[in-house]
Amino acid sequence: MNAGRANRGAYGPVPRKEDARFLRGRGTFVDDVQLSGMLHGAILRSPVAHARIRSIDTAAAEAHPKVKAVLTGEILAARKLAWMPTLSRDVQAVLATDKVRFQGQEVAFVVADDRYSARDALELINVEYEPLPPVIDAERALDRDAPVIRDDITGKADNHIFDWSVGDQAATDAAFAAADVVVTQDMLYPRVHPAPLETCGAVADMDEVSGKLTIWSTSQAPHAHRTLYALFLSLPEHKIRVISPDIGGGFGNKAPVYPGYVCAILGSQVTGRPVKWVEDRSENLMSTAFARDFHMHGEIAATRDGTILALRASVLADHGAFNGAAQPTKFPAGFFGMFSGSYDLRAAHGQVTGVYTNKAPGGVAYSCSFRITEAVYLVERLVDLLARELDMDPAELRMKNLLRPEQFPHTTPTGWEYDSGDYIRTLRVALETAGYAELRREQAQRRERGELMGIGISFFTEAVGAGPRGHMDILGLGMADGADLRVHPTGKAVLAVSCQTQGQGHETTFAQIVAEELGLSVDDVEVVHGDTDRTPFGLGTYGSRSTPVSGAAAAVAARKVRERARIVAAAMLEASADDLEWADGRWQVRGDPAQGKTLAEIAMAAHSSLDLPEGVLGHLDADTVYNPPNLTYPYGAYICVVDVDPGTGVVQVRRFVAVDDCGVRVNPMIVAGQIHGGLADGLGMALMQAITFDADGNCLGGSFMDYLLPTSVECPSWELGETVTPCPHHPIGAKGVGESATVGSPAAVVNAVMDALKPYGVRHADMPLTPANVWSAIQGTPLRTDLALT
Amino acid sequence: MQITLTVNDAAVTREIEPRLLLIHFLRDDLELTGSHWGCDTSNCGACVVWLDETPVKSCTVLAAMADGHRVRTVEGMAPPGRLDPVQEGFARCHGLQCGFCTPGMMLTARWLLDHNPDPTEAEIREALSGQVCRCTGYENIVRAVQWAARHEAGGPGTGPGAAGPGATASEVAG
Repeated sequence: MNAGRANRGAYGPVPRKEDARFLRGRGTFVDDVQLSGMLHGAILRSPVAHARIRSIDTAAAEAHPKVKAVLTGEILAARKLAWMPTLSRDVQAVLATDKVRFQGQEVAFVVADDRYSARDALELINVEYEPLPPVIDAERALDRDAPVIRDDITGKADNHIFDWSVGDQAATDAAFAAADVVVTQDMLYPRVHPAPLETCGAVADMDEVSGKLTIWSTSQAPHAHRTLYALFLSLPEHKIRVISPDIGGGFGNKAPVYPGYVCAILGSQVTGRPVKWVEDRSENLMSTAFARDFHMHGEIAATRDGTILALRASVLADHGAFNGAAQPTKFPAGFFGMFSGSYDLRAAHGQVTGVYTNKAPGGVAYSCSFRITEAVYLVERLVDLLARELDMDPAELRMKNLLRPEQFPHTTPTGWEYDSGDYIRTLRVALETAGYAELRREQAQRRERGELMGIGISFFTEAVGAGPRGHMDILGLGMADGADLRVHPTGKAVLAVSCQTQGQGHETTFAQIVAEELGLSVDDVEVVHGDTDRTPFGLGTYGSRSTPVSGAAAAVAARKVRERARIVAAAMLEASADDLEWADGRWQVRGDPAQGKTLAEIAMAAHSSLDLPEGVLGHLDADTVYNPPNLTYPYGAYICVVDVDPGTGVVQVRRFVAVDDCGVRVNPMIVAGQIHGGLADGLGMALMQAITFDADGNCLGGSFMDYLLPTSVECPSWELGETVTPCPHHPIGAKGVGESATVGSPAAVVNAVMDALKPYGVRHADMPLTPANVWSAIQGTPLRTDLALT
Repeated sequence: MQITLTVNDAAVTREIEPRLLLIHFLRDDLELTGSHWGCDTSNCGACVVWLDETPVKSCTVLAAMADGHRVRTVEGMAPPGRLDPVQEGFARCHGLQCGFCTPGMMLTARWLLDHNPDPTEAEIREALSGQVCRCTGYENIVRAVQWAARHEAGGPGTGPGAAGPGATASEVAG
């Protein structure tokens, strides 16, 4: 099963093909694109959270000698382009017409000769705002007297977006009624921002002669964006080319279409010249897709001996001013239904209510696997609280309740079919790697000395690789992805895929997949991606779906090529195709291995004048569309060790052990890198990252001076381990891993800090566990971390 | 105003606006796009270049301040066709993913090794702590710098496979 074995010759820690250009500063990010005659755009944004627009005066800006165009909502409305569809069947203002609904909302767009002049001209636009009371506290959004944010929607008289529920309520109630112990807890998963190091941007080039639009943009889903542009802008789809060049990190932030992209397109249409728009860091943090903002109430029911019976979850979801969550359309709360976790439960029931507030739109982003992050955090905090209530060791309680290997495939009480797993083994490896028993002994000794040491465990199950197209679509586009594999006469191959790397190393991993299937060298396979004119349709890269979906498509296409090659090889060897076997990376005559042909030999023959059997036209090229039969279910066991300074509340993460099972690992080096990054994200969310607002709706996390990210000194040296349980329904047994660590790690950190604070009787404090928050918790009043009310 | 400076050992004279930031001068005027614009507030370090022999965050340095000085960017880290040991270490140890922070990280790492050829892990982490990477969790960046230090010392552990979990005997392409 191990990817490094000899029968997986192309798998292994192959150095990345991508690196050569990045190491030399030769990558091509959107802001690196320079076109002849290119103009620069800048966006005027709302300084207030909620206000009616009385007037916008652009005369002075238009008179600026370097300004070529100024767009406002009024101009866009005349072309019916002032509002655009979101990915959740809502609409979002491209440029505000009637009101502004969050601080940082797009109000006007200036196109000028250069970057600085465009910014200068923003200062010359005069907007008269009539302030309105904002809705900042999500828990007040449904009050009868709350101001109505979305009065643009006909008949809308409140801030309610949706109600969603899952599970068997009656069975859950019955399980709770029969329980010896019930533990409940309110917990906030605060609003955070993915903050990729490269902000969002676009270069739009509308060719007046051909009518073709080419747009370079920071897009994780170039094909989906193309279709959205076609539908919204009424442009013929074959005249739109979306190019996602090198992307400086995405993490979900670059899944939606943003007003800035649309403005760049319209700016190019109006001026007849290419227009570049690149946002600055504050714009990125204040206006683009945030994540989480889930106000959760959890309940867990168990017997006195520690058998978990059932779970309940009730959630208020703050979606901001427009419902722009980027997730499969039939799942308004994403995959939060995964909150029953990794345990053998009788029943579970959850309900989620979504509301509008005067904050930036988003909700589903930041490596969350469509809100499994929130689900894992809820269940793993509850299990720890239950352990404390029962006076049981949290590792022992998990061991007692984890699903056992013979229970797979396992249908959860909320309807997910977990494909494979050996959870107990994985937790055992983590406990052994951490030296758990010894850590507990050390903790006891330190507690006697008054020192605060904490040990936190988290066990998570993910659902990634969305998804089966019968259940999963985004705006009606099924989540199946294509692959197109061409084999040149000399045996060099080009794989074109619909997904888009933002650092995940697709150019290497997917080349390895094809090389393995066809007996080629990894260097002989080129991976093409991120250009809708050169790749087959598909929904892109987010939700850890690239290897589960596009990786599967690549393997299936390669196997089609291999079967075609078999027929050609049979003609070459004057044998029956049935008498050939694929061995040692080539087709050879069964029982006579000296008689065989490599793919390169076969490819040349396929392009030659060789007589081919009936039904084979020549060439070896193949394509496919992969429709996943199920999601894949990677999982892992994480253990965090922290030291807390009781005088200052400072938390130091001393150790972090992460044992992941993501099925077969094509490139273990890249997989480990994905996990490292996710662990840093989890540490950041648990300890320092949060986007908060004051009572007026001013964003208090609008720069990296306020929105703190972990650096090399906050992060420990991560200790990784692995188990390998192949996915039974994936062509190469892989499960996907991009988001696992982000999903699984925050609960481990918080559990560790709460464990450290146990001597003070602290049960719970919300993330982020900043020094001030931890210190306040020690004093008995943890902070509310969604608001900074004055 | 007119400025004259040396960029990657080549003399450059340009007419600029006094307010032009060094990062935009390098990227837009000189088309050296390896240095990146990440945050505007000196927090992320994607824009780090050397001014004379010192790493600076070029998003908060005016191009005018570089007048008469020497600037080195990632494009000038090694002669054409070759890699600096720091660059090679990043490739061997998988010290980069999206590549956006990488030039700044490597330039700071180069500075560190020039001043402290045998740094401890804590010293490496401290040296890089003014820069943000959103992909790697810093683990393999630290290993990359350690690899470069060992390589430059010519000591054991710089051969094929010695770099860490991702190391192989393959040479870096390019």
